[in-house]
Amino acid sequence: MKSMQEIEDEIVEEFDLFDDQMDKYEYIIDLGKKLPPLDEKYKTDDFLVKGCQSKVWLHAYEKEGHIYFETDSNTAITKGIIALLLRVLSGQKPQDILNNKLEFIDRIQLRAHLSSQRSNGLTAMIQRMKAYASAFA
Amino acid sequence: MKPETATTALDVNKIREQFPILHQQVNGKPLVYLDNAATSQKPLAVINTIKDYYERYNSNIHRGAHHLAQLATEAYENARLTVAKHISAKTEREINFVRGTTEAINLVASTYGRKFITSGDEIIITAMEHHSNIVPWQMLCEEKGATLKVIPINDKGEIIFEEYLKLLNDKTKIVSIAYVSNALGTIHPVKEVITEAHKVGAVVFVDGAQAMPHMQVDVQELDCDFLGFSGHKVFAGTGIGILYGKESLLKAMPPYMGGGEMIKSVSFAGTTYNDLPYKFEAGTPHIEGGISLGAALTYIQAVGLDKIAAHEHALLQYGTEKLSAIDGLRLVGTAQNKSSVISFLVDNVHSYDLGVLLNQQGIAIRTGHHCCQPLMDRFKIEGTCRASFAFYNTFEEIDILEAALKRAISMLA
Repeated sequence: MKSMQEIEDEIVEEFDLFDDQMDKYEYIIDLGKKLPPLDEKYKTDDFLVKGCQSKVWLHAYEKEGHIYFETDSNTAITKGIIALLLRVLSGQKPQDILNNKLEFIDRIQLRAHLSSQRSNGLTAMIQRMKAYASAFA
Repeated sequence: MKPETATTALDVNKIREQFPILHQQVNGKPLVYLDNAATSQKPLAVINTIKDYYERYNSNIHRGAHHLAQLATEAYENARLTVAKHISAKTEREINFVRGTTEAINLVASTYGRKFITSGDEIIITAMEHHSNIVPWQMLCEEKGATLKVIPINDKGEIIFEEYLKLLNDKTKIVSIAYVSNALGTIHPVKEVITEAHKVGAVVFVDGAQAMPHMQVDVQELDCDFLGFSGHKVFAGTGIGILYGKESLLKAMPPYMGGGEMIKSVSFAGTTYNDLPYKFEAGTPHIEGGISLGAALTYIQAVGLDKIAAHEHALLQYGTEKLSAIDGLRLVGTAQNKSSVISFLVDNVHSYDLGVLLNQQGIAIRTGHHCCQPLMDRFKIEGTCRASFAFYNTFEEIDILEAALKRAISMLA
């Protein structure tokens, strides 16, 4: 399995191809569309991470020392960014998830989506992912 | 109406020169600022006034007898006179500087409300109020055992006047209504609302936040008892606003906050309060904010509110025509009488996604519930996209919005 760093570098390389911001977002939206669907039983308030505008559902489970995440969102761009986060974080060891500072998000210039605290639920989702990881660390 | 043939006496290009912030690129594209209902941009007349204040005569007001204090006091009080004249108040004693519309409403709820509302009384608002014109009244009702009544609206986003008439009775003590809806742009028939409220002896608070940038508001003609508005929405700085109140009502109200400025004399045996308007202005005020508000109102008077209204109306018509022709786009709020706000949704597309993709194309709009959750519930929606125009916006910017929307929709659908 690839290391987190390798996956992050891979993502940054993919994003380097885009000169145009809109092309970048088209790719993000596409990633979201390809995200495996979340089982409907997890699309309840218990799994909801609520942003001011968009909703994110997050289900996590542990298997043989690794944490796996499954998510969905009602907005396309949030969902695409989630797909990127999952690519890096899902299937990793708890301690590695906790240590990861998601620097690739800065490198592909999407930090603004994580810092708009209330609007899209991404910040809250990452906090919850880390909370799951710390429970198994 | 085509942009070329639009009848507008306004030289928009010349006006845009007065707004430095508009001349920049966002994400590699020229900024198209269509979030004016959230806050307006500032003309040089306002920016320079604030700069001048700090460079030349910053000082605390109403206290020192020194030169700078005199200049600052004079500028601040002149701004008050400008406001009084702008809204046709009878006297400057009716003009209270506050932080904004929200504080104006809270002030009235906390002072007039606390003194005059009792158990069993009724307060009326509409179904499309901003949270700031709902929550202070809810708090008051809860404290006093009064009841909050809500005027329902129709599918176009207009209040149902007959229903309003049914809500009025001798228990009605306060009616509080926005002049213009922030979320949908509906211009409410406030004059008629006020006339009917007065027949049952109720006082009326008009939330003028969204009206002031777009139209001449005349408190004597409306005969409203209170009017609140925010400076930052009418081209002045943030953190300053106005509470207008009829002098007799303001006199009868207890003070809001205690402190300096609002007192005549203080001893441990008791305190006598200052006269209007200082009674409601405890503490050192937002001096440069107040002065900037005077400058902003002077500026829009010079441009001409009738010209502003005509240009914005043309923008609204042009934008409505362009946007409603987009496949899958649905307007939310189609009132007969509207200010320059277009709220809309696109089938199968979340407003947040549209907002992000428009931003990538240099366009600033607002998405979400616009602090009007009960209104969104009424339409059974979570939020809308809202493009709101000011007089410095152009027909070309609407064309850019249209093209950017089409591109975003094609990516999301």
